[in-house]
Amino acid sequence: MWTFTIRRILIMLPQILLLSIVIYLLAKMMPGDALTGLIDPNIGPEAIEAQREKLGLNNPWYVQYWDWITNVFQGNLGQSFQHKLPVTELVSQRLINTFWLSVMTLILTYAIAIPLGLISGRHNDTWTDRMITGYTYIGFAAPIFIFALLMLFVFGFHFGWFPTSGSVEPGAVPGTFDYFISKINHMLLPALSMALITTVSTVQYLRSEIIDTKQKDFVLLARSKGVSESRIYRNHIFRNSLLPVAAFFGYEITGLIGGSIFIENIFSYPGIGQLFLNSVMQRDTSVVTALVLLFGIASILGTLLSDIILSIVDPRIRMK
Amino acid sequence: MMLQSEAVKQKPMRSPSSWSILWREIVRDKLALISLIFLVITMAFVYGISLILNQSEIVKVDLFAIHEPPSENFLLGTDYGGRDVFGQLIIGTRNSISIGILVTLISGIVGIIMGVVSGYFGGTVDNILMRILDFFMILPTLMIVIVFVSVVPNYGVMSFSFIMSAFLWMGIARLIRSKALQEKELDYVQASKTLGSSHLKIIFTQVLPNISSLIIVTMTLNLAANIGLESGLSFLGFGFPESTPSLGTLVSYARNPQTLEYRWWIWLPASLLILILMLSINNVGQALKRATDAKQRRG
Repeated sequence: MWTFTIRRILIMLPQILLLSIVIYLLAKMMPGDALTGLIDPNIGPEAIEAQREKLGLNNPWYVQYWDWITNVFQGNLGQSFQHKLPVTELVSQRLINTFWLSVMTLILTYAIAIPLGLISGRHNDTWTDRMITGYTYIGFAAPIFIFALLMLFVFGFHFGWFPTSGSVEPGAVPGTFDYFISKINHMLLPALSMALITTVSTVQYLRSEIIDTKQKDFVLLARSKGVSESRIYRNHIFRNSLLPVAAFFGYEITGLIGGSIFIENIFSYPGIGQLFLNSVMQRDTSVVTALVLLFGIASILGTLLSDIILSIVDPRIRMK
Repeated sequence: MMLQSEAVKQKPMRSPSSWSILWREIVRDKLALISLIFLVITMAFVYGISLILNQSEIVKVDLFAIHEPPSENFLLGTDYGGRDVFGQLIIGTRNSISIGILVTLISGIVGIIMGVVSGYFGGTVDNILMRILDFFMILPTLMIVIVFVSVVPNYGVMSFSFIMSAFLWMGIARLIRSKALQEKELDYVQASKTLGSSHLKIIFTQVLPNISSLIIVTMTLNLAANIGLESGLSFLGFGFPESTPSLGTLVSYARNPQTLEYRWWIWLPASLLILILMLSINNVGQALKRATDAKQRRG
């Protein structure tokens, strides 16, 4: 197991390196550079040129890349010219919001997936199962942004049950109980919209896993020993079906990244996805590079996590 | 003796062609059949009508007709520029389907070539191609596409579809590779090699036809996903320019809370149309998928 994990991590390192080069070159293609936002219109072109030389912006790209990546490793991601803040500070402010939104989404995803998967796997080909399968069918096809818009329209505007934008009530004081409740309240609808879509594949997977397990010999044995049906499901089938589902946890994180861009945009939730879109539109290059790098590494780590869990659950994978 | 002559008289049963299996599965599955009919009618309608409609007329701003609710003049009302939503819906559907098909074809061809070459030749070629594929797999696709769209100079429909395709070929490549790996071990390929057929001939006239049903299934399912992704990008403002409306462009007007709350006629029809289109294509795709697996067939 350890050799697999270490080998898997070693494969990851060149991937991250390559990712950083691609992102850097992409950022170079964007109009403007680190100096654009700092230029004072009263300074003459010679002074700008001197400043460019001093900042190393006239060096060949690999030298600049080296400067950039060494800075990144020291936690210095540059300056956002739009927000006039160090990128690290700006990103970490927004990251907290996205982090909690993701946690909420994951909790809801599994809170929905496990009961639905269990019911539809246990009573397969009944009326209830068909309803659940029908839902997964629609959820599988529906694009997340349309679903989220419909949710916002129905529950946010039409019924007015949930706040429709932001991450907290404007007047709330941090630290108080009301602040906490308001945060949760603002997160609920976006998280639910995302969870109802992302949960679909887990439901489908759990369902087929349970249908598979309940025909196995050890279940037959337990039945013949007279174990009650509910106990069989709780202790024998559920446990054995859950492990492979748990292994997809890491891929789930990767999926959240794409979703959060849409969700945060629709619900005007001040997280990283929204910051990313705004920065691309404002051409805030240093923020864009930092965010793509962050999301890229997060998705690499998510895949790594899933691969490791899978290798623990299913020893055959280690052999490859 | 009697039995023997009867057996001689009877024609040997031919195994059904893959096309007839695909067709039979769709007919057996009522939902898939309805979806297919819906798709054919929608496409005929949309492509037919848009021949008559004048695109530049529809996207022309008319300041005297801003945000009109549905009426006799405007079947589905007008948007913030006084443009007829119904006309935009027709043109948007056409553009979305067209770009979906285009992206599916481009990414499909790239994926098939990568997959077949990798699976058929194996060894070092396979290793190198798969490492490239692995790298593309870990990229945060949506973000990279958005960044690309914003940096490409003289951006248009063609460059948009190439950018999308560049990050969407991996799934099909992986699938085709694993299938080609199995296929090349089979006797017919070995026999063909022994007879001296060139690799190209074996790949194009023998291996590819044998995995064609898989290709059709994957491409159908990809089409649904690509229409969704395109409309998503247009929704965020990184897809089609506003002068070429897509379904996502119409939905994107709902990012204005006023429009979302009070002017449903602008965004709701387009949203539902995207939803139904993707569901229908998926239904057809799932039926085709069952057809390729003898164990799951209903027909």
